[in-house]
Amino acid sequence: MSRDVAIIGIGMSKWGELWDRSLRDIFVEAALAAIDDAGVDKIDSLYIGNMTAGLFTGQEHLAALLADYLGVAPIPATRVESACASGGLAVKMGYLEVALGMSEVVLVGGVEKMTDVGTDQATYALATAADQDYEVYHGITFPGLYAMMARLHMEKYGTTREQLAQVAVKNHYHGSMNPVAQYPQRITVEQVLNSVMIADPLRILDCSPITDGAAALILCPLELAKKISRKPPVKIIGIGHATDSIALHSRDDLTTLKATERAAQQAYRMAGIKPSDLDLAEVHDCFTIAEICVIEALGLVEKGQGGPATAAGMTTLGGKIPVNTSGGLKSKGHPVGATGVAQVVEIVTQLRGEAGPRQVANARLGLTQNMGGSGGSTLIHIMEVAS
Amino acid sequence: MSVSKYWREIPHRYRLEAGKCKQCGKIYFPGRLICPECGGREFDTIQLKREGKLLTYTIIHVGPSRFADQVPYVVGIVELQDGVRLLCQVADCDLDRLQIGLPVKIEFRRISEEGEAGIIHYGYKCVPV
Amino acid sequence: MVGIVGYGAYIPKYRIKVESIAAQWGANAESYKKGLMVEEKSVPAPDQDTITMAVEATRRALQRAEIDPRKIGAVYVGSESHPYAVKPSGTTLAEAIGATPDIHCADYEFACKAGTEAMFVALQLVKAGEMDYALAVGADTSQGAPGDALEYTASAGAAAFIMGKTDVIAVCEHTYSYMTDTPDFWRREHQFYPQHGGRFTGEPAYFKHINNCGKTLLEKAGLTPQDFAFAVFHQPNGKFPLRVGKMLGFSKEQLAQGLLCPKIGNTYSGSSPLGLTAILDVAKPGDLVFMVSYGSGAGSDGFIWRITDQIDKVRDKAPKTWDIIQGDKVYLDYGLYAKFRHKILKNV
Repeated sequence: MSRDVAIIGIGMSKWGELWDRSLRDIFVEAALAAIDDAGVDKIDSLYIGNMTAGLFTGQEHLAALLADYLGVAPIPATRVESACASGGLAVKMGYLEVALGMSEVVLVGGVEKMTDVGTDQATYALATAADQDYEVYHGITFPGLYAMMARLHMEKYGTTREQLAQVAVKNHYHGSMNPVAQYPQRITVEQVLNSVMIADPLRILDCSPITDGAAALILCPLELAKKISRKPPVKIIGIGHATDSIALHSRDDLTTLKATERAAQQAYRMAGIKPSDLDLAEVHDCFTIAEICVIEALGLVEKGQGGPATAAGMTTLGGKIPVNTSGGLKSKGHPVGATGVAQVVEIVTQLRGEAGPRQVANARLGLTQNMGGSGGSTLIHIMEVAS
Repeated sequence: MSVSKYWREIPHRYRLEAGKCKQCGKIYFPGRLICPECGGREFDTIQLKREGKLLTYTIIHVGPSRFADQVPYVVGIVELQDGVRLLCQVADCDLDRLQIGLPVKIEFRRISEEGEAGIIHYGYKCVPV
Repeated sequence: MVGIVGYGAYIPKYRIKVESIAAQWGANAESYKKGLMVEEKSVPAPDQDTITMAVEATRRALQRAEIDPRKIGAVYVGSESHPYAVKPSGTTLAEAIGATPDIHCADYEFACKAGTEAMFVALQLVKAGEMDYALAVGADTSQGAPGDALEYTASAGAAAFIMGKTDVIAVCEHTYSYMTDTPDFWRREHQFYPQHGGRFTGEPAYFKHINNCGKTLLEKAGLTPQDFAFAVFHQPNGKFPLRVGKMLGFSKEQLAQGLLCPKIGNTYSGSSPLGLTAILDVAKPGDLVFMVSYGSGAGSDGFIWRITDQIDKVRDKAPKTWDIIQGDKVYLDYGLYAKFRHKILKNV
């Protein structure tokens, strides 16, 4: 027994370095915005995506804490974790709860408060998404892991340093039209190529930032949505979820994101669509190379063609398939546990036609791709405007 | 890192001990309890070959504090002669010589240390042949 | 017939020239080069220490000996720069080569003769029939204080020897040790750099001990210097071993092959053992090799080795010492050298 699920409310907190706000403050801010957007007065269940509040703020037992501060206790509340894909996983779990008829109205949130620790502790916390004993032990960092993918992608497919930079340039261009983006300034290829080297060949402007932020959604059965929603309900029509070895070196092909490929196939099958049907996508551009590998794994371009396609503007607003109109992780920011939820917020915004200057014309079908670590887990959601 | 967490990995880190599936022959580093390939649950303990080639690499310019004194340092993914891949630092390498496919061999080195007074973390790195 | 069945050498690839050190302190490089007969010295990378070099030297010794490491009954590491003040270097070495747990293990310390001490004991245990094989390593990453004369020579390297009684490549014919309490060089607990007695390290220390040890060893064996193809002595600099060789009646030619100090400096516990590895690389069956170490404090261990036919079968199975010395090397400037040796530290 399963029923259709729709999103009827979306909300975001402020994103950035929020020195004066606590984790619970930013979560409640996003959740209240989603509740107000949906116009609901009762939540039956709560799902929270969060990677590692324990390491970032010393706080665990997050679900109960946030249910209390949102004023919805004693409803059931669940915190889920899949590294940087925690938000995407929360969306899936919320979907299941509604689809299976266990709850009517579910709030799905994602939150990460990253600036309560210094850069070194933040690096440590993020690195827990990699294999501690066989990757991190040797001094590798996340920029380093993606840099190794980039180097091989360049060698194998002729992807250029400039093409990598184009991903950042495009996403900052998109982010410049998003009022919540942490770094909304437009940048040039030259700026990327001259920015500080982090892990050769990746530079600081190839990397997503450290961000405090939260995002939230209200999910309910489609039938209920049609009755109560003030805005066009957005239906979740496809879900994909897959895993791969979290250690990059254990994968047969270091430039192929197998979990993303696999999750995409599942989601396309469930939705009954093919990649070319999509009007837009929000993907996990934690590093510029990541977006290139992801659009290849999603089948938006041929394997190895991610670089040239990006440089040709295929994924820019106005192109064949705009990718990361929100600015992506790169410009909008990357509060890790919130990212997967915020991607859905952007797709809903676009499908409702509320994206303002960055609106994709006639957007009716959108996809989100959210991944953990160097690709060890991936969540994909496909949404359309409910007819 | 707790002492026990370091200590239990010693066979793998010091002498590249790996598990070879008795059923399908696939080698896992470190060893596992079940073979993802064939479901086999019995393994022979073997020592990996100490020569291989560099599949990809990066030069870390901004590293974790434990490695801050070492920057810039090179980390790569190595495919050993028996087909097993591992990630490690590339030591003693002139940055101009670095390239994909570089023949390397494994050496025993210090990886990091637990501050001034804690234990020293040893393990494998590769060096150009 | 007990002796060496496998040997291995390891020397880091980094070097610093005497000129680079002298320039830093406003000293005259030429007078140091002439006075010490040293041109450059090896420098360990920050990720190398006595244990890591001991492991690599031992792997090479095992390549030559071609024995199952589990058959090794004892592992002895001699060094004055063990990475831990308390916790043996030998346990890590034994674990790395897969020789645990049926093994006796001890670390030795006797300034520059800790390596030959390990060799001495390893030999006697095999000779006594306690075990089939015993491993002895001399390794050091020694430190000289900035600007001190020792800074021009204190270097890094390791030599490993597997002692056994079958397929022996160099039979140990005689040993002799000579020891007195002579405070010529020391390092107190918790001190980073050693101190020394300046010229006192010469006559009453180095020369007296090697000379007396060497003379008695020759008498015990009933041999004369002319009976030997090669001789190797401890090498705190390039000059001392030549002079003590002359005092005992050995020629420059007999010393040349094992005299490594001018190119790599004083590897302390690795010094005369590394010289011996260089000799084993070229010695012919039947050759006799004379060896006397020296450790401050002070004492000397003497050995007479007779090379067997087996040498031709094993020497090419691992890198040769002079090839390692002359191979791929990287010269450091004083700043990088000071960083590598933790003479300067980042203030974080």
